[in-house]
This record gives sequence, C-alpha cells and structure tokens, in this order.
Amino acid sequence: MLNAQVEPYQRLRENLSQRDRSLREKVMTLEEAASFVQDGMKVGIGGSTMSRTPMAMIWELVRQRRRNLSCSRAITSTDGDILFGSGVSDHIITSWFAQGILWGLSKVMRRHVEQGLARYEEWSHMAVGMRFRAGGMGVPFLPIRSMLGSGVMDQRPEAKPIDCPFTGEKLLLVPALNPDVALIHVQRCDAYGNAQIDGLQFMDIDLALAANRVILTTERIVSNDQIRRAPDQTKIPFFCVDAVVEVPYGSAPHECFGLYEPMLKHMEAYVGQVNSDPVEGMRDYLERYFYAPKSWNEYLALIGMEEVLDASRKGRSIYND
Amino acid sequence: MTDTTRYTAAEILAILSARQLKDGQVVFAGVGTPLLAATLAQRLRCPGLTILFEGGVVGAFVEPGKLPPSTNDQRCTKRANMVLGSADVLLLLQRGYVDIGFMGGAQIDQFGNLNSSFIGDPSAPKTRLPGTGGGNDISSLTNMIVAMKHEKRRFVEKVDFITSPGFLRGGTSRAEGGLPAGGMFRVITELAVFGFDDQTRRMKVLALNPGVSRENVQDNTGFDLVFDEQIAITEPPTEHELETLRSIDPERMFI
Repeated sequence: MLNAQVEPYQRLRENLSQRDRSLREKVMTLEEAASFVQDGMKVGIGGSTMSRTPMAMIWELVRQRRRNLSCSRAITSTDGDILFGSGVSDHIITSWFAQGILWGLSKVMRRHVEQGLARYEEWSHMAVGMRFRAGGMGVPFLPIRSMLGSGVMDQRPEAKPIDCPFTGEKLLLVPALNPDVALIHVQRCDAYGNAQIDGLQFMDIDLALAANRVILTTERIVSNDQIRRAPDQTKIPFFCVDAVVEVPYGSAPHECFGLYEPMLKHMEAYVGQVNSDPVEGMRDYLERYFYAPKSWNEYLALIGMEEVLDASRKGRSIYND
Repeated sequence: MTDTTRYTAAEILAILSARQLKDGQVVFAGVGTPLLAATLAQRLRCPGLTILFEGGVVGAFVEPGKLPPSTNDQRCTKRANMVLGSADVLLLLQRGYVDIGFMGGAQIDQFGNLNSSFIGDPSAPKTRLPGTGGGNDISSLTNMIVAMKHEKRRFVEKVDFITSPGFLRGGTSRAEGGLPAGGMFRVITELAVFGFDDQTRRMKVLALNPGVSRENVQDNTGFDLVFDEQIAITEPPTEHELETLRSIDPERMFI
C-alpha cells in the first residue's frame, strides 16, 4: 500500500542521482536561488522558533510571490505568519506555531486556521525531527514512543500505531519527510556549500540530508582552505547543497547564534501591528518591509542601525566570559 | 488568598515549583516559569541540577538578567555542558535519562491531561492555540511537574483536546494507551500543590498555599477535587527565595 506522504525510495534515489554532486562553486543571488522553489513544492525550513531562520530566503520567496508551498519546520514563529499572511504557503507542518512565547497567540495564524484559509498540521517536536531523520536515512518511517494516546496522534492518520514485532509494545511509526527544497541559514560556508553551524543545530543536518535540494544562505562565505582547517566544524557536506547565497544578517529580525540576538523591538512592533489587525496590519508590514525595499540591505536599514547593532552586541556576548 | 503584599502569584508559582526539584536530577524544562524555577532551584539548593532545553541544550546555567525568550535561543546555551540537535535532546527523554519534565499549562483536567492546541471542537476550533512543541514528548516520556495559573476555565473536568498526555482517562489507561513510563507527578498553582491518586489517577490537593482555603481552591476548579487526608500548609516564600528569584529575572520577563 502506498502512503502519499512518503516519497517512493526509487524516486528519492533517482532524484539524487540526477543532482550534480561534484565539488563546484554554487554562489548566486537570492533571486537566482529562489528559482529552486516552485509553486506547490514541499519546503523544509531550517532553524527553530526565532533562531537561524532563513528569513532572507523567505523574504525573497514572498517578493517573488510563490504560492501554495507546503512548509515544514521544527517550531514556527513569525516566519509562519509571514508565509501564511503573504499567501506563499497554505500548509505548515510544525510542532508549535505562534510569534514567540513572550507574546501569546498569533492572530495571523489563528485567522488563517480558524477561517480555513490554511492548514497548521501539528506533530510533536520529536516527531518532526524523526520525520526529517527518516527522510535523511532513506527509510520510509521511524518508530517513536511519544504522541501515543494523545489528541495529537488522533489528528494524524499519516502516523501509524503498531504492535512492535519484537516486544509487542505499542509504538508510533512516523512517515519520512523529504522536502523538495530545504532553506537553511548558517554562520559560514565555502563556495561549494560546506556549511559550518555554530551553537544550536536544531534539525538542520537531518533536513539537509532529507531534502532533494538545499539552498544555503550564509552570514559569510569563507575559503575552502578555512573549512579544511576545521573539518570537524562542518555540519552539512557540500554535495547536499545546490545554492550558496551570502546574506549578512540573513535571519533578521530573528537571531543567529554568536552573531546577533533577536531584534525584539522590531518584533514587538510587528506583533502589536499584526495582532491588532491581522489583515491590514500584515498587508502594511509586508508592503513596507518585504515588497518596498530594493535589497536585503535596505530591509536591514528599515529595521534600523541601532536595533541591528544592539542585537549584534548581545549576540557576540555569548562568547564573553 | 495569595499574600500579594509580599509577592505576586507568578513569584509564588516559581518558588513553589523550584522547591519540587532535587539536587542531582536531570530536568527537561520549558520556557517561562519552568525555566525560571529550574534556574532558581539550581541557584538556591541544587547546584547539581542538570537542565535540558528542547533547543538541544544539556546542562544549562542561565545567567541572571539574561533569561532566554525561548528554549531555542542562544542564551539557553550559556555555560552548558553540551549542545545537541533538537531531536537528539528529545530522544534522551525516550531513552530514560530525564527524571523530571517541567512545563507550563494552558488547560488541564482531573487526570492531568494538558491542552495547548484547541479551544472548542478541534475540527472547527473557536481558538487555535500554539500547539505541543516538545510538550507531548516530555509528558509522554517522563514524570511531570506542571506550573500554571489557577483559573476555573483552565482547570476543567475534561480538556477539549489532549495535547500532552497525563493519565488519559485515569486508572491504567496511560500504560494501555502505549505510555508505560512517566506520568503526572505534581501540579503547582498560586493556590495549592497537587499530586495524583495512585489508583484512580485523579488530581488531589496535597498542600494549600499560605492563606488559601479548601473552598478557595474548589471554587476556582471546574471539577470536584480530591483532598489528601493530611492537607499540609505550604511554607510561605522566604526573603532569600524572593530576592534570588528577582535577581534572576530583574526585567520581570516571567514574574
């Protein structure tokens, strides 16, 4: 029996065999990298909550008015608001979805889900991780011991409870998730896509291995020599990666470990605006911060020098002791 | 009711929650009161408390005044022993390395089931809440302490939706549902400390907070409470506990 959730193994292998996995330069612009994402695709989003969000790539997809993306992420924050509010995505697979724990419920998410404009497909945090891991391992599912007995499981017929063939215990099989494209933001990589991640890695390694294409945005492009001096720091190998885009502050207004913390003043203003009017507030925000700027740098300028520098000072302080 | 002249409801919640933890335990903490209370316990009595966060942090030592805005932020990693992927830190729960899961709650029922997903019918919800995060994994796989505000609409006979399982329908239904390990251990509110009956698995009052009567607790609860035979009266927060708590969260992010 075929489960529509799971990519057939032969197709996964075929897709991979057709990718150019040679050691080659892949540096391009956000505009060029966006061509890997087509309407209706399954898009995996790296980072978690307000951390290492590939915001610049999401920004570009909004500007290019992609539609009907099915997105998946460990935990979803204002990125999910933007994806729903812009119409880029009408389906998000995640474990938690609000703007941030500091602000309560997202009126944008609520409006879309409660009015049936978009779907929020809820899995436990570990289940999302095991779905990416199964995808990265090339197996159709992995067994887990959570979600059992809960409403979260009842809502997910894609997950199958079984009696373990070895022990007879109840287990839950969660289906592999192999996104068409993964968007991942890292601190540094080389032109080939050897990616080094500092601090919290979240599910990004499994996500990169699972996806059929990977767009890497990076704070810095460093030389391959520098990568080879510390290969233990490389978390994603170049042959997983299809595009490399250098975007300083590419997670703003979210954080990037060791470089900048979340830009909370901007986020507070955002939350106030969209929660007071999730339609007009969101439209105005997208117009001002997503459509109007000519470049990512201009977007950063709108967030403001003071806020960006303050976030940088706090971000770098993680290394102070 | 709560002695608000000396402390707020959020403060007594954090302090009483911290008192439930023991030195040497491995605690998986959610953001907000759990993170604050675990940090408070670590500073006051439990230097050997190991705090795990779902972002992937093992053995955190959060800095006073620099509380993380979520358990996935870099501040969680300060002076930690290790940083893992988030699926891997959650798998530590499944293997059994974690003594206590420590979370907040939006809505709880008499068997300790938590709802943070839907208010109203899940197929046409009145309110779509943020969802489980790691809550379902934590409550499925270890012993739980829940710290939450005590309101009638939050303490209901049956939750609209089981996001994070407690004892499901009571008795042995949790194990039969596929969850042989863990379960609800304590619920802490600004009014009382609750445990769960060994047989029926119903929530029961173990101790009343200072100045709180049985009637106060029952009046703010949407189901009939069981009271332990020997109801204790909790010692009020000490000056030392209050001072330490306020020094950890001087900006009053969570208190």
